[in-house]
Amino acid sequence: MTLALILLSVLILGSAIVALSLRNLIHSALLLVACWAGIAAFYLWAGAEFVAFAQGLVYVGAISMVVLFAVLLTRQGTASEPLGFASWQRFILALVAGGGVAGILVGAVLGTPLTVTTPGPVPVLTVKQIGAQLMGPHVVALLVVGILLTVSLLGAVVLAAEENVKSPEDEV
Amino acid sequence: MSPLQLCLLLSSLLFCVGLVAAMARSNAILVLLGVELMLNAANINFIAFWRYGPNPEAGTGVLFVLFSIAVAAAEAAVGLALVIAVYRHQKTIRLASINRLKG
Repeated sequence: MTLALILLSVLILGSAIVALSLRNLIHSALLLVACWAGIAAFYLWAGAEFVAFAQGLVYVGAISMVVLFAVLLTRQGTASEPLGFASWQRFILALVAGGGVAGILVGAVLGTPLTVTTPGPVPVLTVKQIGAQLMGPHVVALLVVGILLTVSLLGAVVLAAEENVKSPEDEV
Repeated sequence: MSPLQLCLLLSSLLFCVGLVAAMARSNAILVLLGVELMLNAANINFIAFWRYGPNPEAGTGVLFVLFSIAVAAAEAAVGLALVIAVYRHQKTIRLASINRLKG
């Protein structure tokens, strides 16, 4: 049980680190798909099957495609120009800041006496229960999420659409 | 070390990987992906506390993660549309060279 968690952590963290340090954007996007799939496997491990499938559909399926499309649409001729001094300096500063945050967080996690030391059985939460919760106490949030998704998709189309496109009928 | 602590350590380290990527990379798409990783780390925390918390039958963590994934999808769509719009005006997605307000 713990061994599986450690293996999953190594997979997730390793693919995330390699993905975000590569220069080739396509390789980064594909490795991040592996990272998101690992996170979905973590949700399966923790017993949240519905969330795992949502993660698989949304991240591995949809967001990865959007990212790949964005990478292809913003492709530049010379992808690998040499790193300058400014970017190395910024990288080292970011590493110091991130390492500091990591140290604080790890220290806090290890130093906190967490009361739950003996894990109970995997809690069962069926899709029916999740649906009842979503349509019962959380129905307002569900509607707001629906509106948010609609508005954000329309906004994305408006932002990414070409301006001043003349349709062929206008020129006749 | 309990499994809850392992989960929390995993999410902390994933958060920091995303943070370093968002601060260090100069490519706008990679910065967005770093932000996505940070969001995923927060979701891992929700699931971990739901799994090892005192009252897992309520399912609050699972519902929170579902809403969070929906908001993350909206954010990714708008963010990548912004990247494409910026690329069309400035012909680059290097954040250091995008320094004009007027396209």
